[in-house]
Amino acid sequence: MEYLLHILILIGIYAILSVSLNLIAGYTGLISIAHAAFYGVGAYVAALMALKLHSPFLINVVCAVILSGFLGVLVGIPSLRIRGDYFVIATFAFQVITFSVLNNWVSFTGGPMGLPGIPQPTLFGLTISSHIGFLLMMGLLCAITLWVTHQLVKSPFGRVLKAIREDEVFAQAVGKNVAAYKVIVFVISAGTASVAGVMYAYYISFIDPTSFTVMESIFILSIVIMGGAGSFWGPVVGAVLLVTMPEVLRFVGMPSAIAANMRQIIYGGLLVAFMMWRPQGLMGRYSFQKESTRT
Amino acid sequence: MSFLLQVGGLEKNFDGIRALADFSCSLNKGEIVGLIGPNGAGKTTFFNVLTGFLKSDGGKAYYNGIEVSRLSPYRVARLGIARTFQILRLIQQLSVLDNVLLAFPDQPGEKLGNVFFRPSFCRRQEKKNRETALALLSSSGLTDKAHDPANALSYGQQKLLSLVCCLATGADLLLLDEPVAGIAPERIDQILEIIRSLPEQGKSAILIEHNLDAVMQVCDRVIFMDAGRKVSEGTPEEVRNDPRVIEAYID
Repeated sequence: MEYLLHILILIGIYAILSVSLNLIAGYTGLISIAHAAFYGVGAYVAALMALKLHSPFLINVVCAVILSGFLGVLVGIPSLRIRGDYFVIATFAFQVITFSVLNNWVSFTGGPMGLPGIPQPTLFGLTISSHIGFLLMMGLLCAITLWVTHQLVKSPFGRVLKAIREDEVFAQAVGKNVAAYKVIVFVISAGTASVAGVMYAYYISFIDPTSFTVMESIFILSIVIMGGAGSFWGPVVGAVLLVTMPEVLRFVGMPSAIAANMRQIIYGGLLVAFMMWRPQGLMGRYSFQKESTRT
Repeated sequence: MSFLLQVGGLEKNFDGIRALADFSCSLNKGEIVGLIGPNGAGKTTFFNVLTGFLKSDGGKAYYNGIEVSRLSPYRVARLGIARTFQILRLIQQLSVLDNVLLAFPDQPGEKLGNVFFRPSFCRRQEKKNRETALALLSSSGLTDKAHDPANALSYGQQKLLSLVCCLATGADLLLLDEPVAGIAPERIDQILEIIRSLPEQGKSAILIEHNLDAVMQVCDRVIFMDAGRKVSEGTPEEVRNDPRVIEAYID
């Protein structure tokens, strides 16, 4: 039972991460592999504040969102000048820098040793300690994230985002301040990702930099693409799929000597198959592949 | 007499090629001016400089007395200069209706704060815009395509749609880059009809066009340019009979 709840909580965390990444990668068309950095910043802000200042949960969330949002501006700014592959490289740089800081600033972040013993969160006098408690909180946060995203993408604001994805020049020609939109959407996305980080830190109660590597960013991007970039439910479906898939493969009943390797192979094979036969993702209509080969 | 648009001594160089060389022109309110000339004459460059997509290397352009040649594209658009592009630019994966809706200026729902804190205000305005957009689409015969993605339209319909988008921006000056190139004759007539009706709505236009018949039909005045310079200017008749123009078009 605890195991099942654990999986559901993880799905919640990845749903928040992928839904927020979908705002920039799916709706606005800016592929970023810096999402784990924002996720990590959220986790570290919450952990450090809880451990060193003993500040309450809600304040830590707010601080994490603010710092992450500010860093979102920094990553958003290059997107004003560069697009596509070049922008991916720029986000990669940010991701690497963030990891290096977390990994090497030993006196502050604990370096590779991480930060153990993060206390349980207290909300309105209620200490959340059980899996059920965390799951309810995750559910609430997921609902808020989805609602905010829904309001955004169904509004004229969201229409401008899609226009930027399809044709920035046209968007400018009809008077849209493309630069401002890009920065705003980056701030929202980064801030939201940091909330997932805060939850992760409190839930696992131990964090170290290896949870926030570029591989993690790529994993979140895979969720978005496989679920369906630019579709509302796509990232949620993707999160359910990609979090449960390795778990399901645990129960396939392979000889234990090859089980771990086989799981990786099956997992990788499924990813490749997806990209070949359903590049727009499970729920998506918009495909990256079609975009790049369009004449 | 103050002009709607006044351009003086505009310069633009691309690696030693003078795409615009001391180019000047002006436009009165309600006037439709044709811009003709051979390929590479600098016509599209002129549009790009005027709308802020390219930075000029010299000269000034005033729209309603405001210097526009140094502004970014979205600011120029907000001042009331809309344009179409030679290669079709539309939001291909959005519906026809959404393309038109996108073009409306000052939408409350495009501001983050309004989306969350004044949703009903946004919805009301959106509903109003929708009606206006549908009216625009019905007057251009695109109603039954309103919910199709823009890329499902024929080439001619897409050109028409980009003109409708320009109208939706509420701009007073339309810069149309080859609005009737490569489309069927009936469609040409329909688009020319819309252009001809612009002055009644207090709008003006500059159109770049190689189809001289179309230019002669709708323009009050024609500017012929070559190698970045204005070579000749006058009524359609005068320009058509100018030996330099005849020479350029026969070559």
